[in-house]
Amino acid sequence: MTNQTNETSETNQTSQTSNWEPKIIAFLCNWCSYAGADLAGVSRFQYPPNIRIVRVPCSGRVSENMIMSALKSGADGILISGCHPGDCHYINGNLFARRRFPLLSNLLDFVGIEPGRINFSWVSASEGEQFADIVKTVTEKVKALGPATRLVKKIDGRQAA
Amino acid sequence: MPTINEKLTEEIRAKAKALLAEGTVAAVIGYARGSLPMTVKPTVVRTADDCGKLVWNSFCVLNLANYLPEVLKSVEPPRGPRDPKPEGPLPKVAVLATGCWSRNIVVQTQEHQVDRDRVMVMGVASRGMVSRRKVEANFAGREILAVEELDHDLVVKGADFEEKINRWSMVRDNCHTCTHPDPVLVDVRIGEPASERKNPNPFQQVDDIEKKSNDERWAWFTSEFATCIRCYACRNACPLCYCPTCFVDDAKPQWVGKSLDAVDTGLFHLLRAYHCAGRCTDCGACESVCPMGINMRMLTKKLNKDVLDLYGMEAGMQPGSPLPLTTYATNDPQKFIVTEAGAVKEGE
Repeated sequence: MTNQTNETSETNQTSQTSNWEPKIIAFLCNWCSYAGADLAGVSRFQYPPNIRIVRVPCSGRVSENMIMSALKSGADGILISGCHPGDCHYINGNLFARRRFPLLSNLLDFVGIEPGRINFSWVSASEGEQFADIVKTVTEKVKALGPATRLVKKIDGRQAA
Repeated sequence: MPTINEKLTEEIRAKAKALLAEGTVAAVIGYARGSLPMTVKPTVVRTADDCGKLVWNSFCVLNLANYLPEVLKSVEPPRGPRDPKPEGPLPKVAVLATGCWSRNIVVQTQEHQVDRDRVMVMGVASRGMVSRRKVEANFAGREILAVEELDHDLVVKGADFEEKINRWSMVRDNCHTCTHPDPVLVDVRIGEPASERKNPNPFQQVDDIEKKSNDERWAWFTSEFATCIRCYACRNACPLCYCPTCFVDDAKPQWVGKSLDAVDTGLFHLLRAYHCAGRCTDCGACESVCPMGINMRMLTKKLNKDVLDLYGMEAGMQPGSPLPLTTYATNDPQKFIVTEAGAVKEGE
C-alpha cells in the first residue's frame, strides 16, 4: 500500500462518512450466541442492523484465518461470541478459544490495528437482551473508530473480494 | 592452541563417528562447510567415513530440528502409505541441538511429529550465533572474502584489508536476549554445559515497539514488511511449519492473496507468526534466512511475551506438559471480553 493510495482512499471514505454505517461481521456459535440473537429477534429487542451473522458450530471453530479474511474483505468490525465458560456444547471449545483470542487481538494491536475492531463476548441462549446491548456497544465502538483502512485489500482503490 | 569451536568440531566428529560405526543411529544431522564466507550448510551424514565433513562454528544459524521429521522418515524401511508399521524398533537419528533447537524437538515431540525414542540429541551449549548481515553491514561496501573465528573475536579478511572485530557485538539479536543457551534434552553431550543466562528483560525490543502510538506501530509494520518478496524462506526454515498444505497455498478459500500487495504480505506474516504462538522458541532461523532482512521475529517475540504473561509458559521448556494453546485453565484471564454493560469483565 503506497501512501498515496492510502490517502486517496481515506479522503474518499471521509466524504462518505456522513451516512457511513459500519459493517460488522459476527461469528456466533450455534448453541448459545446464535440462539441468543434469535431470542433478541423474537423478543423484539432493537439492535443496530450493522451486524452480519456467520453461524459457526462453536467459538473454538473461529480460526484466525477467518477473522483476518473478514478484515481483508473490508469488515469494519468483528464480533466473536460463544457460550459462557463452562456452558460449551462441546464442553471446552470456548475455553480453547479464550486462550487464543487475546493473543490474536494483542498481535493486531501490536501492528497498529485500532483496538476495538475485534471484539469477543459470551452470550447464552437466554440472553437476548444482553445480545442486543452487546451489539449496540460494539457498533458504537466501531462507529467511533470510523471505516477500516488497515489490512483492507483494495485493487485500484476498489474493495477486493 | 585450538579454539573452542575447533575443539567442539573434533568432539562432534568423533562422537558422530562412534554413533554411526556402532550402528546406534542411521544418520547424523549436522553442519558442513558452506561455499561462501560465514555460511555453513545443513548436512545429513550416513556413514562413519563421512563424519569428517561436520563442522561447528558461530554461523550455524539454521535450525536443524527443521530436518528431523523428514530424515526420520528417510531412514525407515520403504513402505506404501497403507502398509502397517514394520515390527521392532525403527532406526534412530542423531541431531545436533543447542538450547532453542532442542526446545523445538520437544515441541515436535509434543505435536507427535517426532518420536522421541528415535532421536539421539547431541546437545551443544550455544554461545550465540553470528549474524552475517551484521558483519556485512559493518563492512559496508567492502567485499568479505574470508572470516576466521577466534574464541572471542572474528578476523574479517578482504582483498586489501584484515580486521579483528568483537564476536559478541555481531551476534544475532535473538541470541543476545536468549536465556536458555543449554539444551533441554541431551543424550550425548558435546562440550561443557552452560548455565542459564540472566536477562532483566528479554522482551526489550517488543516493549520498545509497544510504547509507540497506534499510528506509529502501523507505520513500523508497513515499512518493516514492505520489502517482503514472498519467497517463504521464513516458513521453510521454521521447524514449526510442517503442514503438508500451508494456509498460503489454500485456494478455496484463499485466505491470503498470492500477490505482493502490502495487505497480502502483511496478512501472510501475521498469520504465519500467529500459527507459531506458544510454539516458537525464538531460534531466529526465519530472520537469518530472510533475503530482504525483515525482522519478522518481532511478531513471534510479541506472541512469546503474551504467552508467558498470560499463561506462564515458554515453548519447549516443559517436556511433560501440553503446549499452551492445546490446553486451558478454568480461570484463564478474560479481561478482553465485552459485556452488555460495555465494561470489560475482570478475570474470574
